[in-house]
This record gives sequence, structure tokens and C-alpha cells, in this order.
Amino acid sequence: MESPIIRTENLSAYYGDFRALNSITIAFPQNKVTAVLGPSGCGKSTFIRCLNRMHEIVEGARVEGKVLLRDRNIYEMEPTLVRRKIGMVFQKPNPFPTMTIYDNVIAGYKLNGIKLKKSQADEIVEESLRKAALWDEVKDHLHKRGTFLSGGQQQRLCIARALAMRPEVLLLDEPTSALDPVATSRIEELIEELKETVTIILVTHNIGQASRVSDFTAFFYLGELVEFGPTQSLFTVPKDKRTEEYLIGKFG
Amino acid sequence: MKGLKWRLAKDRLFRGLVYLLSLLSISPLIIILLYIFKRGLKVINWSFLTHLPKPVGVEGGGVANAIVGTIILVFIAVLISTPLGIWAGLYLSEKRRGLFPEVVRVAVDILQAIPSIVVGIIAYLWVVKPMGRFSALSGGIALSIMMLPMVVRSTEEVLKLIPPYIKEASLALGVPYWRTVLKVIIPAGLPGILSGVLLGISRVAGETAPLLFTAFGNQFMNWNILKPVNALPLLIFNYAMSPYEEWKRLAWGASALLIIMVLTVNIISRLAGRRWKVQL
Repeated sequence: MESPIIRTENLSAYYGDFRALNSITIAFPQNKVTAVLGPSGCGKSTFIRCLNRMHEIVEGARVEGKVLLRDRNIYEMEPTLVRRKIGMVFQKPNPFPTMTIYDNVIAGYKLNGIKLKKSQADEIVEESLRKAALWDEVKDHLHKRGTFLSGGQQQRLCIARALAMRPEVLLLDEPTSALDPVATSRIEELIEELKETVTIILVTHNIGQASRVSDFTAFFYLGELVEFGPTQSLFTVPKDKRTEEYLIGKFG
Repeated sequence: MKGLKWRLAKDRLFRGLVYLLSLLSISPLIIILLYIFKRGLKVINWSFLTHLPKPVGVEGGGVANAIVGTIILVFIAVLISTPLGIWAGLYLSEKRRGLFPEVVRVAVDILQAIPSIVVGIIAYLWVVKPMGRFSALSGGIALSIMMLPMVVRSTEEVLKLIPPYIKEASLALGVPYWRTVLKVIIPAGLPGILSGVLLGISRVAGETAPLLFTAFGNQFMNWNILKPVNALPLLIFNYAMSPYEEWKRLAWGASALLIIMVLTVNIISRLAGRRWKVQL
């Protein structure tokens, strides 16, 4: 396998006494799309929230084990720095309601108090919106509120906002589950394009989506990593019985 | 068919009853407004707004000193209760469970239930006694204590309505928690917070009891917050009890004026909540 950019070693996650993830060891290859697949409640969202230290913002939540970004344990780094290097897009589009489209894209800089020259900011906004395939639709309304966009556009705006920080890894937590089929396929096309510049980890419970967009698939079930491998072989010749049963629709 | 007719009749009966009772419950307000405006509006004119009260027996005169006094008192109350109340409300909305937040919540509710006259006595003991005189400052402090629980609870309620995913969006960009609070959460709740503050103002602007031993009242114009000031409710209280027709007339005018001010602030607060509502 290609060199991993981010990997975990015996990663377990807890909510209070409840263990949501059980000793996960996995390595994500650079500039690939890896799907984290599994039925609801299997711990897949918890898992990617551990990768940018968003898990710990829930009261009573804690993590054991290591997450290594280019061989540095992110649990020994400043959480705010980790989150700038590892961007995240959520299930429900969540642009900042008080900000314009323009300000939403550079929100990561503005909210962190990082000063940008006007020309720099313009450049980042255009580049990020182009990468998120939103530029042509919004270039004439950059100074309108982001919440006036459609759901699919809002989600691409959130992707642009994450890309503006130039992250090394982009975590997508069921980014299309709140969107209609047309908006979903646009996001899926976008994911294909984005892997040129950023490593993508995509959480989904949609088997079709995982097979369409991912290079690798990790199947999670009841807090455990059941199987991990190239999407094509995992989908055609799953090694584990549970993977096979999920793929043919016996549960989930 | 008979069953249907009977049901429709019952429907009309209950509908009529609901309208009637709704009308009954707003009738006190309408009657008060009509009565006070009938007696008071004709008193209000330019000299009423700009002149000082005249001595007994002299025609005319106005309540300019009470208007200025009320504005000063409310200003002090807002200055104290807004920052305190917003921080406490923010704390309560962020920290929903736990012993201390619960204690704060109960304490704020109890504070709201304390009779206003008691608040006046407390302000007297805390401020008037040590300073050795009545003052606008002590009156403003008394009103701020009245206002504080309203600001706290309305801020808490407004901020609780902000969806948690907005906060997550900010944290996920590597924005520290305190910046997230200042730059994302508070701005998103600002219209609601503002409307809570305005409702608080309209509530305390008409308070009389807390001012009796604090602002005390003053026949003259005073801009110094360390000296006693007059206030519209105090003036109404004093003049309405006086035996002089002219003073009673002024009290009616002051009542109408106070109600107009309170209604205006109230309506602005509603509009503020709606017009600048942040679409979430």
C-alpha cells in the first residue's frame, strides 16, 4: 500500500463508561478516498471525530490509543492546530448564519484572527470555491448570506470553507445524507476531483456511495473494524462474513 | 345528518367561547390604555416635556426632570445588568448540566421573584447608607438587580436555540472555544439578546418601589448620578397622592407618557427579534 498520511494505533473511544470504538488500527493512504462504511450506530462517526479531536468536545468523552498524522501523535498536539490540518464537513450543511458567502469561505482565518491581505483573501476565496465546484454559481453573490443557498450549495460552501485552510486530510461525515440525489451526485463528482490535492476519509452508510467514490473501504460494525481493503476487492470478495452480509443487505 | 348539525353547533359554541375569553383577557389592557390616554394625552404637550414642575398653585409646568431621571436610571441599569446578564446567560446555555449551573439557575429565578420593594431596601443598605445620600446611582443599581434575571434567562433561552452544529463548524476549523463563543455564538444570538434587554428595560422603567429609598425623587433637574433624581413612576406616585388638581393632572400626563415609552420599547424589542432574526 502507498505511504499512509494518517493512521491509528489501538484507538478506543468512550462516552462515559460506554465504549463506542474498540481498539482500531488502520492506515489511510495519501491522496485516496477511503470510505468508512457501516450501519447506523457502528461508531463510524465517532471514529472520524477522533481523527481531528472533535470527539472530545462532548462532555464525558475520551480516547485511548494513538492517531498519527505523518508520524506525529495528534493527541500530543494543540487540538486547534490539529483541526486546521484535518478539515471536517458535517452531515447537515452548517454555514455560519451571520456571515456572507465570502466570509464563510475564509471563516477559518477570520475567526482565528489570522490577518489576510485583501488580495490574499480574494485569492483563497476564489480558489476554494473553484475547488468546491461552487465558484460559477456564487461568484456574483459573494456578499450575500450563505444560508440563502440551496442545501447542496451550502454543503459545497462548507467544503470550500474546509479547503480554504489547506488541510492535509478532509473528513466527510455523511456529507450527502441531508441532500437530494442531484446534489448528492455533484458532491460525489467533487470528491473524485478533490483527491488530487487532499486525502479524503468519507463516512457513509450508503453502500452504493462507497463503491462509486472510494479507493479503499473500511467496514465498521459494533465499534470494531471488521475489514479494510481496496474497495473493489472488498466489494467483490469480502473476507469477513459480516461484511458480506452487510453488502448483500442482510442487516443495516 | 342530525349528528353533523349538532357537531357544527357545538363547534360554533366552543369557537365563540374561545373568542369571548380571549377578548376578556385583553380587555383590561384596552380599558387601562383608553382610560389613561383619555385623561393623560391632552396633558402632554411641548412644555409638559420640556419644563420643570411649577410650585403649587402655579398653572402649567412639566415633568422634564422626571423624564431625564428615568433615562439616567434605565441607562445605569442597562450598563450594569447587560454585561453581567449576558455572561451568566452564556454560561448557563453552555453548561447545561451540573450542580453549579443548577444553583445559578435557581438563584436567578429566586432573584426574579424577590419583591421590588425589598430590592429597593437592599440597594438602600448597599449604596445609599455607605454613601450617606440618595442618588441616581443607587436607583440604577436597584433597577439593574430587577433587570438582571430577565437578561440572564432570555440570553440563556436564545443561545440554547442556536443549533450545536454551528458551534461544531467553528471548532472544526481550529477556532479556540473562547473565540467561537465571542465570534460565532454571541453574534448568532445577538438579536434575541437585544430583544431580551429591551423587554427588561420596558419592565423596570415603570418600577416605583425600588426607587423610593434610592433615587428618592427631586423637584429640580439633575444630571449628576451621585445626587437624587426624579423618575416618572416616582412623580406619578407623589403627584397622584397630592391634594392638588394641577399635580394630579401632571400625574395623568406622566402615566400616559410612561405607557407610551414602555409600549414603544416593547414593540421595538419584538421587531428587533423578528427583523434581525438570524436565519439558522
